[in-house]
Amino acid sequence: MNGRLLEALLAAGRDGRSAALATRIADGSQLFVEGGRTLGDLALDEAALQAVRDALRADRNGSLETSAGRIFVEVMSPPRRCFVVGAVHIAQPLVQMLALADYRAVVIDPRLSFATESRFPGVELRTDWPDEALDDLKPDHRSAVVTLTHDPKLDDPALDRALKSECFYIGALGSRRTHAARTKRLLERGFSKSDLGRIHAPIGLAIGAVSPAEIAIAILAQMTQTLRRSEEAEKA
Amino acid sequence: MSDTLEILEQAARWREEGSGVALATVTKTWGSAPRPVGAKLAVNGAGAMVGSVSGGCVEGAVVEAARAVIRDGKPRLLDFGVSNEEAWEVGLACGGKIEIFVERVA
Repeated sequence: MNGRLLEALLAAGRDGRSAALATRIADGSQLFVEGGRTLGDLALDEAALQAVRDALRADRNGSLETSAGRIFVEVMSPPRRCFVVGAVHIAQPLVQMLALADYRAVVIDPRLSFATESRFPGVELRTDWPDEALDDLKPDHRSAVVTLTHDPKLDDPALDRALKSECFYIGALGSRRTHAARTKRLLERGFSKSDLGRIHAPIGLAIGAVSPAEIAIAILAQMTQTLRRSEEAEKA
Repeated sequence: MSDTLEILEQAARWREEGSGVALATVTKTWGSAPRPVGAKLAVNGAGAMVGSVSGGCVEGAVVEAARAVIRDGKPRLLDFGVSNEEAWEVGLACGGKIEIFVERVA
């Protein structure tokens, strides 16, 4: 790896941008790929370059057979993000667990008595309305959205934006009855039944969770399952 | 991936200090390998290292290969596994197999 490629990788990493490095195993020649930009001495044809871009988008390290021989593709990505709507009790252990699992957590709650630094020390807090916050934060295919408020005025606008995004996981706290009422409201907003199938509700794996920390475990476990199982399915 | 970033930062610091640097990256795994594909180890000319490519079982052999790569600039592809005599000696006891690519940072 030469110094220019190392600097390009470091710059992307420091700025939180996704980039890939393709290396030909036979001779160590390399190509740095970020969006439409490439840098390096490894010449790839269009099909190989597309395969590298696919790996970049799928966040997947691994080897590819190309016309240039075997290349190893390594993807550098910023942390996945989880937007937690509702600065409620469950959110407190959840943000701690998200940090351990390498997520960047953002807690969104316009109720100023909930979203306080003392309740969430060191956590990124947003006190604007959830739809406005999400318009600004732009959830992508590497994002998760979790709604915890139980209040349709707050949860529904968040779910609206989540469903309009490519986020990989949507979970909504609330009983089956709450979710049936929610489904009705979201159908009235114009979402289809299959759109609503993306929402995990009641939220979390069914492990009999009782305490806030246990519920947070159930949520993070389901998020992990959704993320990793879909990766497995893509590989198969 | 912040892990990778920290390792590359250290590699860049060593490079600026004028020390030779090599990067080792796990490129393939079979079975119960201890570290995933993409895991990295940076090594300088003095044999100091940051990061890991296994649970610690093959790092010694990788550092040796890295120092050879720093000297001659030729990348190397290393295989470790239970079927490999040398790996058995350095102790990849988890029963997995890994392939590691080692390159010089020029």
